[in-house]
Amino acid sequence: MAERERAALGARTGPLQVRAVVMDRDDVRRAVWRIAHEIVERNHGAQGLVLVGLQTGGAWVAAELGRVIEAVAGVQVPVGTLDVAYYRDDIRLRPVVPAAATEIPVEVDGAVVVLCDDVLFTGRTVRAALNALCDHGRPAAVQLAVMVDRGHRELPIRPDYVGKNLPTRRDEMVDVSDEGVVLGEVPPEVPATGAAPAPSGPASAVEGRGR
Amino acid sequence: MSERRVLVHGGTVVDATGARRADVLVAGGVIAEVGPHLERGRRGTLALDAEGCVVAPGLVDVHTHLREPGGEEAETLESGSRAAALGGFTAVVAMPNTEPPADSAEVVRYVLERARTACCSVQPAGCITVGRQGKVLAPMAEMAGLGVRLFTDDGHGVQDPSLMRRALEYASSLGVVVAQHCEDDALAAGGCMNEGEWSSRLGLPGRSSLAEEVMVERDLALARLTGARLHLMHLSSAAAVAAVRRAKAAGLANVSAEATPHHLSLTDEALAGYDPVFKVNPPLRARADVEALRQGLADGTIDVIATDHAPHSPEAKQVTMCEAAPGMVGLETALAVALTDLALPIADVLALMSWRPARLAGLGDGQGGPLVPGAPAHLCVVDPARGWVVDPAKLASKSRNTPFAGRRLQGRVRHTLYAGEPVVIGEEAQR
Amino acid sequence: MSQARHLLSVSDLGAEGIDEVLRLADTFAEVGRRPIPRVPALRGKTVVLGFFEDSTRTRMSFEAAAKRLSADVMSFSSSGSSLSKGESLRDTVCNLEAMGVDAFVVRHSCAGAPSQVAGWLSHASVVNAGDGAHEHPTQALLDCYTLSRERARRLGVHPPRPAVLAGLRIAIVGDIRHSRVARSCVAAFSTLGAEVTLVAPPTLLPASLAGWPVEVSHDLDAQLAKCDVVYVLRIQAERMKEQFLPSLREYTATYGLTVQRARLLGPSALVMHPGPVCRGVELAAEVADSPASVITTQVGNGVAVRMAVLYLLLGSGGSLGSGEAG
Repeated sequence: MAERERAALGARTGPLQVRAVVMDRDDVRRAVWRIAHEIVERNHGAQGLVLVGLQTGGAWVAAELGRVIEAVAGVQVPVGTLDVAYYRDDIRLRPVVPAAATEIPVEVDGAVVVLCDDVLFTGRTVRAALNALCDHGRPAAVQLAVMVDRGHRELPIRPDYVGKNLPTRRDEMVDVSDEGVVLGEVPPEVPATGAAPAPSGPASAVEGRGR
Repeated sequence: MSERRVLVHGGTVVDATGARRADVLVAGGVIAEVGPHLERGRRGTLALDAEGCVVAPGLVDVHTHLREPGGEEAETLESGSRAAALGGFTAVVAMPNTEPPADSAEVVRYVLERARTACCSVQPAGCITVGRQGKVLAPMAEMAGLGVRLFTDDGHGVQDPSLMRRALEYASSLGVVVAQHCEDDALAAGGCMNEGEWSSRLGLPGRSSLAEEVMVERDLALARLTGARLHLMHLSSAAAVAAVRRAKAAGLANVSAEATPHHLSLTDEALAGYDPVFKVNPPLRARADVEALRQGLADGTIDVIATDHAPHSPEAKQVTMCEAAPGMVGLETALAVALTDLALPIADVLALMSWRPARLAGLGDGQGGPLVPGAPAHLCVVDPARGWVVDPAKLASKSRNTPFAGRRLQGRVRHTLYAGEPVVIGEEAQR
Repeated sequence: MSQARHLLSVSDLGAEGIDEVLRLADTFAEVGRRPIPRVPALRGKTVVLGFFEDSTRTRMSFEAAAKRLSADVMSFSSSGSSLSKGESLRDTVCNLEAMGVDAFVVRHSCAGAPSQVAGWLSHASVVNAGDGAHEHPTQALLDCYTLSRERARRLGVHPPRPAVLAGLRIAIVGDIRHSRVARSCVAAFSTLGAEVTLVAPPTLLPASLAGWPVEVSHDLDAQLAKCDVVYVLRIQAERMKEQFLPSLREYTATYGLTVQRARLLGPSALVMHPGPVCRGVELAAEVADSPASVITTQVGNGVAVRMAVLYLLLGSGGSLGSGEAG
């Protein structure tokens, strides 16, 4: 996820300086188990569910939830991925190029789609995901599962399932993986040290993607 | 003719008779005295500094488009002759592809009348055929009676070989020169640049140098047959140079040839940016052609340098390559380009641009020198060491289509005297 | 992509640039398969289709691409326009730009016109949609896309990343001389490592091939047996009057991809054509419709590839730092 986080923090591309380990590997595993149970409980089973992970940080969350739900409910839930690059509202402000593929294996018409992401921050990615999802069909309902909710919402968006509520400063960074959750910060880049070479040609768009 | 006394002092006089350190005193429009350390004499004499400069007979261009009548938005006799004077020219031969074309005594008379107030001598050329249509001979004898000494359909070659034969035969009794634009239209096939590596890469329709070679060979045969004075304009290709060289070596003495500064300096690679300013007929050729032209100058195959000054309005040039009018302005850069890009002594460049073209065009009136007392005072003062950068916005020509924009050139005309009148002083036009 | 504002020649892209377009085209191909095949990526952008030379397919393809990106599209054709009232090309495009146009897609019969338009504009991007006999870069890009994806699909493997056509033997057959497609394809295919052979009668080859990374052959049969791809170009009937060929019949007999000749092709060889096909002249109808032919796939891929090009040129502001995410 740090990808989209870093984009929000502007030109800070240096290494993450860790300040606190908020969740360890077991904490993450337990949170996934709890959310999976909540999803099954809320939806009275797992029939008609589709898990869609937001590329790239939400993909593993969706995959893990799918694995656990299958173990819990005995139903194999379709798991897909969604890249929302073309739906972003900052598309004109900085280079945005899809990082990974969109692949939703089933029709979403009439399904209950659980959007899965690692970190919920301003809410703008979820807004983009809702629009993107609607171009794939008309779900019966859309729910939102996130591993970390760090606050600072800019849109009226609320998660249905949360691994951990984590109060943060706006300029802090949250790094989430199945290995754990880390809070830290990326110091502003010192301009003098090795400025990136000037992009040339359309290939430069690769450099500029939302990191 | 100017009554003014002018002393050109401190320079080296170079003309067909050789070079010597000498001042030149001009009075009453003629050269009064040539010699070292001349005194200014009576008060009111204008002293022009020629320190470090070459003082030469005024340059002569046998190939200038002044666009009047009909194309005044691109150039007039006034603006074009001012550009000529700034380039060191004291005489130009005005091409007849005007609107209407100079294919009758009326149009020739009009040009001669307008030329009386020009900044240099303007000699109208006449058309070979009526309306430059290549079908019916124009009244050459009538125009020759008004002083026309050169006939051409320039812009187009005379395509019909039979008509060209008759034109040469007819002209041979008039003491005039028939000048040919050497391009076979069928072979040129409407192309807009030299056919070759660059046209193939750029996808632009090519104009084969074969179009020039074929017409040069044809006209050399016609000149041999008729004995008439034939002048081959703006040679551009190695094959054409070789053909003329062979003909001259075989004793054909009634043929002359010219080359332009742009063909001697630029190649078709210049078209890579699709800038129509580089579109010209015949087109800029390959490096080997440029080398062959320079060799032709050095060994006398090519007799003169001519500008083919072809002004065009922005409307005619700021269009696609296919639609753009062919041609480039050249009067104000010709001498500098020749001095910069041709590894020739300045005396040789002056021969190619002054006394040889003056003789070719049958000008008389002291054009082309030599600088001797009693001769009309047409002269230019050239500073060979002066470096400058071509700025299209500063050209005196009404048009800006120079292919040398931004080029740093070496050598510039400091003063020009036409019939004793200082029309250019210190690189500035005086009217 | 803020540095490269225009797509004028496929040579401007390099292998990396081509690969980037192809990768993005994959994502847009996925968009095309959705129930609502449209993304809001270029909302608020205006694209002008300036087809100063007639074209149906390329114009429609660009129009579909721009619309699927949610751009506003304005169309312009030379007939019935200000151009026929004497306004110059320069004034026309500059006036349109003043109305707030972000990109011009330019097709022109004269080579270099898109480059000139790019030089006249102050901020808008230019996409060359075919200029004279010069280039047709998006055609070459969609051909690279089709080749790389279609070969991978038929071999049952993932498309190579980065995109390569290394070692692929491609024969381009037909009127190379007047073909902008050939110029772009030669550049693109060879940039990706393919070995290109031009197959044509001498009258239909360019005056000079100096600097072209190609072989030349006048024997189509010999090439068919050893090529992986045969790329057939359209023969324009209007060339006949310019004495480049004795007759279409003779052309078909010597350089046409007839049913009989197509039997010389290897089992996995592909047949491509930039369209429109003159069936029975350069390409037999049966061959055009055979499993070896990917001509329809080429057309279909055109939209996704052109979406990728428009998105790369217009989709990102290029300045990092003020974005919002989360």
